[in-house]
Amino acid sequence: MRRRSRAALGRALFGLLVAALVLYTVFPFAWAILSSIKPGDQLGGPLLPSSVTFDNYAAVFREAPFARNILNSVIVSGAVVALSLILALPAAYALGRVRFRGRGFLLAGILSVSMFPQVAVLSGLFELIRTLGLYNTLAGLVLATMILTLPFTVWVMTGFLRAMPRELEEAAMLDGATPFVVLTRVYLPLLMPALATTGVLAFMIAWNEFLFALTFTLTDEQRTVPVAIALISGASRFELPWGRIMAASVIVTLPLVALVLVLQRRIVAGLMAGALKG
Amino acid sequence: MVAGSAVARERRRAAAVFLAPLLGALALVALWPLARTIWFSFTDARLDDLEPASFVGFENYAFLVTDPDWWRAVSNTVVFTVASVAIETVLGIVIALVLNVRMRGRGLMRAAMLIPWAIPTVVSAQLWAWMLHDQLGVINAGLLSLGIIGAPIAWTAEPGLVLGAIIAVDVWKATPFMALLVLAALQMLPGELYEAAEVDGLGPVGAFWRITLPLIWPALLVAILFRSLDALRVFDLIYVLAGSGRATASMSVYAREQLVDFQDVGMGSAASTLLFLTIAVLAAALLTLGRVSLAGDEEAG
Repeated sequence: MRRRSRAALGRALFGLLVAALVLYTVFPFAWAILSSIKPGDQLGGPLLPSSVTFDNYAAVFREAPFARNILNSVIVSGAVVALSLILALPAAYALGRVRFRGRGFLLAGILSVSMFPQVAVLSGLFELIRTLGLYNTLAGLVLATMILTLPFTVWVMTGFLRAMPRELEEAAMLDGATPFVVLTRVYLPLLMPALATTGVLAFMIAWNEFLFALTFTLTDEQRTVPVAIALISGASRFELPWGRIMAASVIVTLPLVALVLVLQRRIVAGLMAGALKG
Repeated sequence: MVAGSAVARERRRAAAVFLAPLLGALALVALWPLARTIWFSFTDARLDDLEPASFVGFENYAFLVTDPDWWRAVSNTVVFTVASVAIETVLGIVIALVLNVRMRGRGLMRAAMLIPWAIPTVVSAQLWAWMLHDQLGVINAGLLSLGIIGAPIAWTAEPGLVLGAIIAVDVWKATPFMALLVLAALQMLPGELYEAAEVDGLGPVGAFWRITLPLIWPALLVAILFRSLDALRVFDLIYVLAGSGRATASMSVYAREQLVDFQDVGMGSAASTLLFLTIAVLAAALLTLGRVSLAGDEEAG
């Protein structure tokens, strides 16, 4: 009898621990949503608002070129993902399926690029972007952001290609297929889910990029979402429009959270394959 | 496949062609800018006009080692890295052990873990800046109503507290990821080991220290090193939560301030180069540890 009640107590404590952990991870975002729909005078007040307003959402789009910033982020992230996958796929085939000397060394070199601190290339990239006439343009941001996504996509795609069955390739080669045909006709159709997963992860890396976007753009119209959200300001430095900041945060995060929750199994698998790059 | 055969030669040639665009792109966006940054660190280049820079040798580095602000940035970076990675590791293991228990709602909990990871760093910083707000923040309100504190605390303005707040936000954002990595390692452990442990009378705590931890140790070590490299270059979180203030600047924040705000490309590049060298030394250690898996690629192809 006593033993059973001890087990029940243990289960209850464990349930409490689980609830606390879920609250810890979910609360800040839930609080942002709540704050964004509260009337301004209730911001420091009760947990739940007495009425709901979407004024903050309207204000975000009215008082800043926020729609433009979202479009910028979509363009930059989309271009970065497309270019990264196009460059990474053939390279990953070479690294994952062809045996040649120096392969391990090349892979290690590519992985080491992903460990560069962003500031270490900041002045060099600034010079490059200005020389090419790309300062304060989205094209300049695409160029800079590639340094973050290329090593990651190559690394993950190499893992996926290495896991492909070898028999398919050998059969195609007996029929005289060149490596290009093997890659595009045999492996590419099978790699579509892997490309989608890698693309989503690379999109998130590009979407979240802050330092380059802050440094290589000048005007509100060229800014991406993270810079816009970091620089939202109110009437004075001490009177930040928190309702609006929360509304903007919710707008740019909700699609990401939805995407991650829908694709969670694939994303976790892709991250594991990607050698832990977060 | 016979090495040196015509087919193998053709494949190697194709591999070179396939790799060339990627290597060209990496040279353009990574190696060349890095080389220019290192070069700039030995010059007096200014941001408004990079061209007429002249070589000044180690002058920038000589200034850095005597600048207390730089050493402040180094110590902030080290404190941030050690504290946040240590907390994330311990908390990550705890969460992974919880997630590893068969129970209802496990899928839901794992999904909840992914939310902080999915939120952009800048947004995480703003969410927490709002919760930590001294007058309107929910954290002060909660602590006040529970009677834990008597007056609101300025979490992001009080010099002694800001770094702690920054670490707390990083822990919130990065721990779930650590937990998922540990969970992956846990799920590969064979169940028979624990049956044997039960026979031997090891309790759950003993089984953790004697069986679980030694077996997940290699995976854990790699995760810790990757997280440390990531934490050493911290920028977004500190910049958004605390600006470029000297009290909380990390090495990255200090370098960008020199480079952009003071227009001093030479000094900023010298600071960046030192950060790069720090990380390169640690990364070399990491790659040595990971050589086992890189050498394992010989079986494919």
